[in-house]
Amino acid sequence: MQQTRSVELGTGLFVLLGIGALFFLTTQTTGGDPLGGNETYTVSARFDNVGSLKNRAPVAMSGVTIGRVREVRFDGERLNAVVVFEIDSQYDKIPEDSDASILTAGLLGSQYIGLQPGGSDIYLEDGSEVMFTQSAVVLENLISKYLFSSGGSDADDE
Amino acid sequence: MFREIWYTFLEFLRTFGALQLFFLQLLRSIPIVFVRRFRLIVHQVYNAGALSLVIVMTCGLFVGGVLGLQGHSNLARFNAEDSVGTFAAFSLLKELGPVVTALLFAGRAGTSLASEIGLMRATDQLSAMEMMATNPVRRVLVPRFLGGVIAMPMLAAVFSCVGLFGAHLVGVNLLGVDAGAFWQQIQATIGPEDVWEGIIKSFVFGIVASLLAVWEGYNAIPTAAGVGRATTRTVVITAICVLILDFMITAVAINFGD
Repeated sequence: MQQTRSVELGTGLFVLLGIGALFFLTTQTTGGDPLGGNETYTVSARFDNVGSLKNRAPVAMSGVTIGRVREVRFDGERLNAVVVFEIDSQYDKIPEDSDASILTAGLLGSQYIGLQPGGSDIYLEDGSEVMFTQSAVVLENLISKYLFSSGGSDADDE
Repeated sequence: MFREIWYTFLEFLRTFGALQLFFLQLLRSIPIVFVRRFRLIVHQVYNAGALSLVIVMTCGLFVGGVLGLQGHSNLARFNAEDSVGTFAAFSLLKELGPVVTALLFAGRAGTSLASEIGLMRATDQLSAMEMMATNPVRRVLVPRFLGGVIAMPMLAAVFSCVGLFGAHLVGVNLLGVDAGAFWQQIQATIGPEDVWEGIIKSFVFGIVASLLAVWEGYNAIPTAAGVGRATTRTVVITAICVLILDFMITAVAINFGD
């Protein structure tokens, strides 16, 4: 009987430990959503080039994550990319003329959307579209621009 | 020659089919065993799980430590030492946790299941139970199978946690990566779907490892050599099946992820 009790005790401890480990993995290693189930509203923006922006990429304002990208798709009629993203409802005073740009975290990091506030009294709401956007910086374009412009200045000197 | 190959193939098919039927038989008895013989399951969770904790935690600590060392020395070339946490967490959660735990589980718990059941068969204990109108499948096999299935995901989770701790020990305390960067990078890159992939894998491996151990023991040739052979086969076949399944699940998960 004593042995049965200790076996059951050991099993209970083991299962608790296992569940504790699972809990640790699910809560501590995943960033989870900073939005975590909060109410959100959906805003879209059009970009000429989204670079390698992915679903679930953060939407940040002043460096603080306030939303997530939900969908990146190509509009076949207007020939540009449409990015749909969700913003936490507690940030409902974002001016409508704010500026959305695709930025890169670190030199080789993943891309995210940065919002710069505008000055309008009308605020973004569910379904509205950000008008002012800035495309992702493509490294090759940057390099070729630099090469061509330095080539041009050389020509001017002569 | 061709005839022999043909017969080997047929024999393989027959065994494979018999294994499926055996699995169904186990599944059918699960509800009854759960209700009537819950204590037996508890004992088997103890045997398969709690007694494997020491080996799983020791191995997890050192696997995590090696990931920390390797990750640090290789990522240092790109000045990305801070990502060593991400590197270790990804490897542990998605691959090493479930796979290495399943292999350790086959070695520690699978062999003991197979030899125990094989010895019961060799000493006619299973037939004796049938004589006493006790169903050996319900009394012996299903509790052991369920114990393994319940224990495996928990062992894998413990392995991953201890492994992360080992990587932290080596990366942060030994090699001087910033602790904040270590965890922040992990949390920024790992999503719930990565944790789920690991849990699903360990659950599937738990079913495979326990099923094969119980099956090999139950079908052991009732001699001393037969029991030994069943024990060996358990480890070998489980290792092969787990690695093949791991490849298949990973392939599916990667296709779903994009």
